Amino acid sequence: MGRFHRHDDGTVHSHDHDESSHSHDTEERPGHSHDHGPDDLGDHSGYATGRARIEILEDIFSENDRCAAANRAAFDAAGVRVVNLMSSPGSGKTTLLQRTLAELQDRLRVGIIEGDIETPIDAERLSGYGAQISLLNTGNGFGGECHLDAPMVARALAALDLSTLDLVLIENVGNLVCPAEFDVGEHRKAMVYSITEGEDKPLKYPVMFRSVAAVVVNKMDLAPYLDFDLGLFRRNLATVNPSAEVFELSARTGEGVAAWVAWAVGTSPGR
Amino acid sequence: MHELSLCESIARAVTREAGGRRVSSVRLRIGALRQVVPDTLVYCWSITSRGPVLDGSVLEIDYVPAAVECRDCGTLSELSRFTLSCSGCGGTAVTVVSGEEMLIVSIDVAEAPEASAIPPA
Repeated sequence: MGRFHRHDDGTVHSHDHDESSHSHDTEERPGHSHDHGPDDLGDHSGYATGRARIEILEDIFSENDRCAAANRAAFDAAGVRVVNLMSSPGSGKTTLLQRTLAELQDRLRVGIIEGDIETPIDAERLSGYGAQISLLNTGNGFGGECHLDAPMVARALAALDLSTLDLVLIENVGNLVCPAEFDVGEHRKAMVYSITEGEDKPLKYPVMFRSVAAVVVNKMDLAPYLDFDLGLFRRNLATVNPSAEVFELSARTGEGVAAWVAWAVGTSPGR
Repeated sequence: MHELSLCESIARAVTREAGGRRVSSVRLRIGALRQVVPDTLVYCWSITSRGPVLDGSVLEIDYVPAAVECRDCGTLSELSRFTLSCSGCGGTAVTVVSGEEMLIVSIDVAEAPEASAIPPA
């Protein structure tokens, strides 16, 4: 791979010194200079032929974002609200979904896009509540995708009949980094955080915590057995996302789940 | 973490814009808040940039620091860690003004199309 340069102005780039196709032409970048060591003997003779610069100014995510907009348009046309649920692995996302489906059974028509690394166990746990479930194969049994993107969700929609649904919950891949970057066409992003994960998580994964409208604080039933400092967690969350709705609950016991469900379906004031 | 899939997106957009001409460099503008590791992106580009148009091309990454502007006192603060507060008044009514960039800015191409990149008539 190429050499990696970090310039005083914060610019970084890399180039291979065994390539003759890279010149340090400063014409378009005044003040751009390199501090090369004595071992830099690459060919800097520049181009044998002329070259041109093409301005692009295109967002790297534009492909994904166009697809996300199409997904959103399909949801809107069918009058379906869509929540993208993210978390770290083991935070209780599937248990919360199970509770949510149980609460909404016979009240609302729900679809699930199950994008987390697929195991038969998760699918089994979510069946039996009358929800339409679309499984995305994001793993092969040895790990797999680190996030869902808009094209994956578009593929998952083939297995859902949106015209017969009111709410779609997307279970993203358990990961606090990548899923925050990809718009999949949802109306709201939410995340499940559990109190066994430590109070500093919002500071370690600020992009994720900042990207969501709601944070579920799960496993509150374990509070008596842990040294978890809820006040400290909330202060940390406020430094990266002061406006997030917070729902303290236990997906295991069901305590506090009703307020979350009201938010998820869009009937609570902070929706 | 998803630098490889970003490189695949970049490769598709760059190939489309190059119109068969050989690309020598690709200039990106990436904000500090976008969870991209520049070294990893460069490494992934070395894997992704194959074929007559992209082979040998290099990524130039302008890494943009994160900055917030205070809605109360107007101070512009550069962030070294992610805390949404103003360095001037300590307030939290701030707007992120830079650090979320994720752009392909421009590409440098040879003026004549590569003979090998032109499909046979």
